[in-house]
Amino acid sequence: MHLGVSESMREREYSQISTRSSTPMESPHQKRVLRKKWQAFPGQNKFYCDGRIMMARQTGVFYLTLVLILVTSGLFFAFDCPFLASALSPAIPAVGGVLFVFVMGTLLRTSFSDPGVLPRATPDEAADLERQIDVANGSSSGGFRPPPRTKEVLINGQTVKLKYCFTCKIFRPPRASHCSLCDNCVERFDHHCPWVGNCVGRRNYRFFYMFILSLSFLTIFIFAFVITHVILRSQSSGFLTALKDSPASVLEVVVCFFSVWSIVGLSGFHTYLISSNQTTNEDIKGSWSSKRGKDNYNPYSYGNIFTNCCAALCSPLPPSLIDRRGFIQPDTPQPAPPTNGITMYGATQSQSHMAAATPLLQSEPVMMSDEPSLPGRTSLGAACASLPLGQPTPPTSTPSLSCDADLLPLQGNHVEGQHHFLTPEEAPSPPGMLHCGSPMGQGHPHGHAPGHGVPFYSPASQDSLHEDSVRGLVKLSSV
Amino acid sequence: VRPSLQDLRQQASIAAKVFVQRDYTTGTICQFQTKFPSELETRIDKQQFEETIRTLNNLYAEAEKLGGRSYLEGCLACVTAYTIFLCMETHYEKVLKKIAKYIQEQNDKIYAPRGLLLTDPIERGLRVVEITIFEDQSNGRIEGR
Repeated sequence: MHLGVSESMREREYSQISTRSSTPMESPHQKRVLRKKWQAFPGQNKFYCDGRIMMARQTGVFYLTLVLILVTSGLFFAFDCPFLASALSPAIPAVGGVLFVFVMGTLLRTSFSDPGVLPRATPDEAADLERQIDVANGSSSGGFRPPPRTKEVLINGQTVKLKYCFTCKIFRPPRASHCSLCDNCVERFDHHCPWVGNCVGRRNYRFFYMFILSLSFLTIFIFAFVITHVILRSQSSGFLTALKDSPASVLEVVVCFFSVWSIVGLSGFHTYLISSNQTTNEDIKGSWSSKRGKDNYNPYSYGNIFTNCCAALCSPLPPSLIDRRGFIQPDTPQPAPPTNGITMYGATQSQSHMAAATPLLQSEPVMMSDEPSLPGRTSLGAACASLPLGQPTPPTSTPSLSCDADLLPLQGNHVEGQHHFLTPEEAPSPPGMLHCGSPMGQGHPHGHAPGHGVPFYSPASQDSLHEDSVRGLVKLSSV
Repeated sequence: VRPSLQDLRQQASIAAKVFVQRDYTTGTICQFQTKFPSELETRIDKQQFEETIRTLNNLYAEAEKLGGRSYLEGCLACVTAYTIFLCMETHYEKVLKKIAKYIQEQNDKIYAPRGLLLTDPIERGLRVVEITIFEDQSNGRIEGR
């Protein structure tokens, strides 16, 4: 029957195995291996442990972070602690141990959890939105790209523009942003951190903050006690002998010295962000700065520092919206495959999707969603074939490369002008160069914020942060 | 004879879908618009629909509420290095279960008898409340948009 044919043709778009002659009821799909949703995930993330662990595509710098922390801490516990425990107090290794465990725990939690990825729109939703937008704009002629779609919302008295994401086919909620490295829209997007190998967003911001805070304490702790160790030894045997007896201390001091400035600075910066309830993204763009306009204020701030801090760190942890370990249902509409913005715009495209979607739904006798939890039903291989599925990449990304990639969010087929980070046109170059170059020199986990007291944006660049002109610049530079 | 939920699942065909979008006027908290979609005019009362959406909004507000309880949970979790969530459910998850039950109950009692079906927003990434309109089988008309 014709419904069955269009269904299997649609399947063939997504999965490698499909049987044209099968009917929905006695299909051999029922007996096939059930596929989980993470295997069909349309973003650029990598999944491990059967979908429990979720990271960005390039994780080389994360391994560097791990090595630095483990090696430095390991050397501290092996070489400095025995001396300090006997000379001063056994509480020193104990406190060090607790700090170390906390640092590792929060790092792994930040790196492995879902930052708050918004799942892409189902074909029906996308079609519905497209139709509403076409009605609002008047029918477009196709051909040239029409102006980007935006919706304005009044939030607590402040006008906020919601942008339409061409990749995810949704209007982004306020504070969400599309990460071009991971190719996902992330809620309350803060920044993409190569040092933790993941985006930092709504669901893992508190872990990230706890990580940099505890790492600051750990770094200062190790630095202080290694210096104490060397001093105590030199009192009995002279400075050079002390250094010879404990060579690891030299390495630790060097690493810690350079890290302290950047990590402590970064912690300070994020403490400021938390107390004013802003994201790194908003702060860098100056979205709520009073320099933009007299009435410009942050509509999300609760007014006082204590509430803002509590909201950021102790608010209820939202659940992951992408359900990565659930099984793919044969009847659930899968998000449309990633295409670039241009092809998806035409009205015919959306109509054919709609036409394709409805027969698919109509042919299935089982209801789409009878139970909120969807365990173990038979599934169809309705997945995009071309996905990076947990293949380990060699650590090819150097810190500066990832840093540059971060500043220039123009990778892949993300053609839209939306940027979640400054492009070189916007950022005054010295700080940009400085903060990109420093990780190489310091070789210790460092974020993307000015931890050096250098003002990251100047009033001049802020005034020129006019969205449309920037978008034009971004488009030109992407060509 | 109006179809029951089981009947709908087995044989009804989908005529249309309506999407109730998010309402961001109070911020990033999860709330849905209470505006009554025109496609549902012939199927259900405005009051009933608004009541459902309003209850859902209240439940989501409860899930994200900042208060003594959530602070306690947050601090406890921090102190145990977040390992406590391996054995305990978060407050948000508990409320999501309540929401799922509420939607199930609404479907059984109110929406299915009218040939409609609510989809739990969590299955659509909390973006929309999807309402599926089934073909009106009693008189063979297909509800258009």
